[in-house]
Amino acid sequence: MLRSCGCCTPTLILLKKEKLGGKPSLYLISNHCRIPRMELKKWTTTSKYQIKRFVGSLGTIIIKCKDLRIIQLDIPGMEECLNIASSIEALSTLDSVTLMYPFFYRPMFEIVEDGWRSFLPDQEFELLSSVTDEWRLSCINKEFSVCPSYPPVVIVPKSVDDEALRKVAMFRHGSRFPVLSYYHKKNGMVMMRSSQPLTGTNGRRCKEDEKLINATLRPGKRGYIIDTRSLNVAQQARAKGGGFEQEVHYPQWRRIHKCIERFNILQESLIKLVEACNDQSHNMDRWLSKLEASNWLTHIKEILTAACLAAQCIDREGASVLVHGTEGTDSTLQVTSLAQIILDPRCRTIRGFESLVVREWLQAGHPFQQRCAQSAYSNGKQKWEAPVFLLFLDCVWQILRQFPCSFEFNEQFLIMLFEHAYASQFGTFLGNNENERSKLKLPQKTMSLWSWVNRSEELRKFQNPLFEANSLVIWPSVAPQSLQLWEGVFLRWNRPSKFLDEAHEEMINIIKYNKELQAKVNALRRQLAEMETDDKM
Amino acid sequence: MEHIRMPKVENVRLLDRLSSRKAALGTLYLTATHVIFVENGSETRKETWVLHSQISSIEKQATTATGCPLLIRCKNFQVIQLVIPQERDCHDIYISLIRLARPVKYEELYCFSFNPKLDKEEREQGWKLIDLNEEYNRMGIPNNYWQISDVNRDYGVCDSYPTEVYVPKSATAHIIVGSSKFRSRRRFPALSYFCKDNNASICRSSQPLSGFSARCLEDEQMLQAIRKANPGGDFIYVVDTRPKLNAIANRAAGKGYENEDNYSNIKFQFIGIENIHVMRNSLQKMLEVCELKSPSMSDFLWGLENSGWLKHIKAIMDAGIFIAKAVAEEGVSVLVHCSDGWDRTAQVCSVASLLLDPYYRTVKGFMVLIEKDWVSFGHKFNHRIQERTYSLWAHLWKNRADYLNPLYRSDHSQTQGTLHPQMAPCNFLYKFWSGMYNRFEKGLHPRQSVTDYLMAVKEETQQLEEELGILQERLANLQKSQLDNDKDKSKQQDQSKQLGLFNSSNSLANTPQEYSSDLKSFPSRSPSQGDEEDSALILTQDNLKSSDPDLSANSDQESGVEDLSCRSPSGGGCLPSEDSGKDSDEAVFLAV
Repeated sequence: MLRSCGCCTPTLILLKKEKLGGKPSLYLISNHCRIPRMELKKWTTTSKYQIKRFVGSLGTIIIKCKDLRIIQLDIPGMEECLNIASSIEALSTLDSVTLMYPFFYRPMFEIVEDGWRSFLPDQEFELLSSVTDEWRLSCINKEFSVCPSYPPVVIVPKSVDDEALRKVAMFRHGSRFPVLSYYHKKNGMVMMRSSQPLTGTNGRRCKEDEKLINATLRPGKRGYIIDTRSLNVAQQARAKGGGFEQEVHYPQWRRIHKCIERFNILQESLIKLVEACNDQSHNMDRWLSKLEASNWLTHIKEILTAACLAAQCIDREGASVLVHGTEGTDSTLQVTSLAQIILDPRCRTIRGFESLVVREWLQAGHPFQQRCAQSAYSNGKQKWEAPVFLLFLDCVWQILRQFPCSFEFNEQFLIMLFEHAYASQFGTFLGNNENERSKLKLPQKTMSLWSWVNRSEELRKFQNPLFEANSLVIWPSVAPQSLQLWEGVFLRWNRPSKFLDEAHEEMINIIKYNKELQAKVNALRRQLAEMETDDKM
Repeated sequence: MEHIRMPKVENVRLLDRLSSRKAALGTLYLTATHVIFVENGSETRKETWVLHSQISSIEKQATTATGCPLLIRCKNFQVIQLVIPQERDCHDIYISLIRLARPVKYEELYCFSFNPKLDKEEREQGWKLIDLNEEYNRMGIPNNYWQISDVNRDYGVCDSYPTEVYVPKSATAHIIVGSSKFRSRRRFPALSYFCKDNNASICRSSQPLSGFSARCLEDEQMLQAIRKANPGGDFIYVVDTRPKLNAIANRAAGKGYENEDNYSNIKFQFIGIENIHVMRNSLQKMLEVCELKSPSMSDFLWGLENSGWLKHIKAIMDAGIFIAKAVAEEGVSVLVHCSDGWDRTAQVCSVASLLLDPYYRTVKGFMVLIEKDWVSFGHKFNHRIQERTYSLWAHLWKNRADYLNPLYRSDHSQTQGTLHPQMAPCNFLYKFWSGMYNRFEKGLHPRQSVTDYLMAVKEETQQLEEELGILQERLANLQKSQLDNDKDKSKQQDQSKQLGLFNSSNSLANTPQEYSSDLKSFPSRSPSQGDEEDSALILTQDNLKSSDPDLSANSDQESGVEDLSCRSPSGGGCLPSEDSGKDSDEAVFLAV
């Protein structure tokens, strides 16, 4: 049965069972309709739809969602079916950001903390200032005038002034001059990130760039430049005006090339993997070769290896690191953020991980809107679509699996972030950088994901019962035997989770009961001690 | 002892498979039962023990400048790489081990010299721990349809069957003997599992000697008796677990499979599981993949697929699921066979039993299952062996705490009734069991074990429960004594004792370091794994040399997880130079 809520452009598809055992009804919910809290749970965002068949007057619509779910709707009545199909089509391909759901969403929860103000650069800098005074906060990009994809304030070496930064920006792709990504308190080594230098074929150089990079080294120390492209690709980039740091001009730095794939190669990998996961045929051989052919786990291994290398340079070799690829908005961020998870226990807490996502992905200018437009069921023609952020989350899951007691959050937390990066009622992942977000006035017009997540009732779902703070560096294994397919995302809709949930529940109960007993014993002990002291007096 | 040409060799190096640069120097001992490698080093006396009969193959490789390499592959998938300085010593060790690893008499086996210091009575008790008659009683047998038969007393009918077998009541000795003559190695149909809820059963046998047209009345009567023992079933499934082609080929040798036309009310079904020769090759290929040095993801997945191992696992699972479904859902009895009925048949019957009956998913029940489907229906050792050796089951049962799953609860829905595993390949997944096949390469496994963590929590919970009881009792006493206004000094002593107990368990829970040290197999702290090198580090070992010796010294002060990777000794050397060729820039990092 089809019901329309009237008025203009609906953005939600809602399936609702009116009565227990009754037939579900389909709603297309308008932007301006107030959506009751209960119904919200079933909303979903489409990636692609197909009309499968018409049998008699029964039409079937198959909706393929960005969270990889596939929904089949059998709709009585040809006309209704066609109407719904065209509505879904129109709604899932909105061309204006401001028509999207976050602009119409009204929160049904009490806002305790405004997530838009939860992770400000000033707070981050304050933390840094407490351990070192070699860095400063620069407002050079206040009006996004120097680098359109950078946030208004960035952390740079104290000894380099804004005038020099301006010159460095001219020498770097997209003006993404080197900025601080991470400071390793243990030994004072740092990780910086940037885009490629614009050396071109005739080996252009920039004194200020060399000075800036060297300013991050302690006297007599050396550093590593991790280029996320193969040497070949980096060399080819020179023909287009890009390039890499020449050893002669950066004598204190050693360059290491890693090969992390980009754009359509990653997107095709995701499409192939999801196809393989949805294949219900019963042939073991084809499954393994399909998994292999998707190359997804190869990408995971490459990214993790590069991140481990960066972390190793910093922690083991006592060297500072500069990471970049071409634009410095994709593989660069995968490497810098994963290295921080390996090195910094703070990034393994819920709050710390959120802060990492804000710093290293949102503020750092990862173009979420371009990369996370269609997900796995896209037709492959989206030039800028790529599962860069999903790969990052998958790598975090791999580390979480190897260190199940060292993370404050659980797998559900990562899956939640995956979903919201692709489709959300919150404005957090809209836009491609801070510049666009500021123009869209997102903090004023939309709700932040963090406002919703960081409430105790939501946080409870994302807490890892096994968490025991681990202040150490955690070194994951990147051997093929140690890497697995992330079932929680890729087989989520194809596997029954009842027994897994039951086991998880049991795990929580074991730990909860232990804590309760501890509290009881503690209380009794105190009581006894008091009574016995009284006794003596 | 006469086979030991060389009892001790010094300055032997034990190589780490994951990192060719790392080796432990020590002394190699050959004893009558074990190869023992003792690492030099005063602080921790690290030892590696390998039982002779655990050795699967020994390979002497070409002598190099550093010595003569000896590769020992074990049946438990451990691979030990030794380098012995002198070629002659290596040869002597090699010759000795070849002999020691291949006992020619049962009496040479370790189990005959193993002495756990139990008295005769304890040993006999150990052998009685698993009692199959008790197990059949648990299934509800004997009953109106099934009885125990002594037709095979003194192994008179079939020398690879147990002396006591369970058969349909209507199957007379005449029928059994007649049927046995029509079956390979005389392995006639006998009961493996009985489902008392619906009287459906799983029986097992070897292939019939049907050739192209041979028949046997008694064998046909035997199958009919099995069907009649299940009043609710109109027919029985006969499941041949071989690929159809293999079964057909067997007909030429006078063997084969049941012709549906000759047996009344059977449904015949092939479920193609490959034979032991194919399986052995497959395992070999898979182990080769496991032994690859830093394989790429593609190498690994391609090698895994090419080995066919998971395909075989899936075939066995599919067969087990088919049978469990027939029994539980259709209420139809099943007769399972392959060729001899002791390999694939054992696999399939035990998987089906495991899916059907929650009892087999307990520690004791799983031992019973292996005894029932594998040991008793295989070749039976002479009973006299029990007088001179000890039972494995008693040993495992004594240490059962090591094998418990902390999440198991007998009241969970998954603990009840039949299990229905998902069998589409993507659900079944490529689940390479690295805990088994790469068991000795700890660096590949998760660094923290959820199981160990939960077991420690549960253990602590138990202590807390006990303490809570004591505290409550003391509180009650104290309240009583206060009422009586009776000040008993002796209680103070009591108190201090209790506080001690509490403190120890409290620190166990609140400080992670203390907690993990309590978890013996916690990788972060386990001494046996302390020198594991991280694979990520190994990838880069050649390129990155520590330029700051203070830092690597630092790392030793750290504890916990990081220990895994921090002890890699990095020697001298300098940063790789771009001038030394473009390759050096990428070579090692890109090798992955």
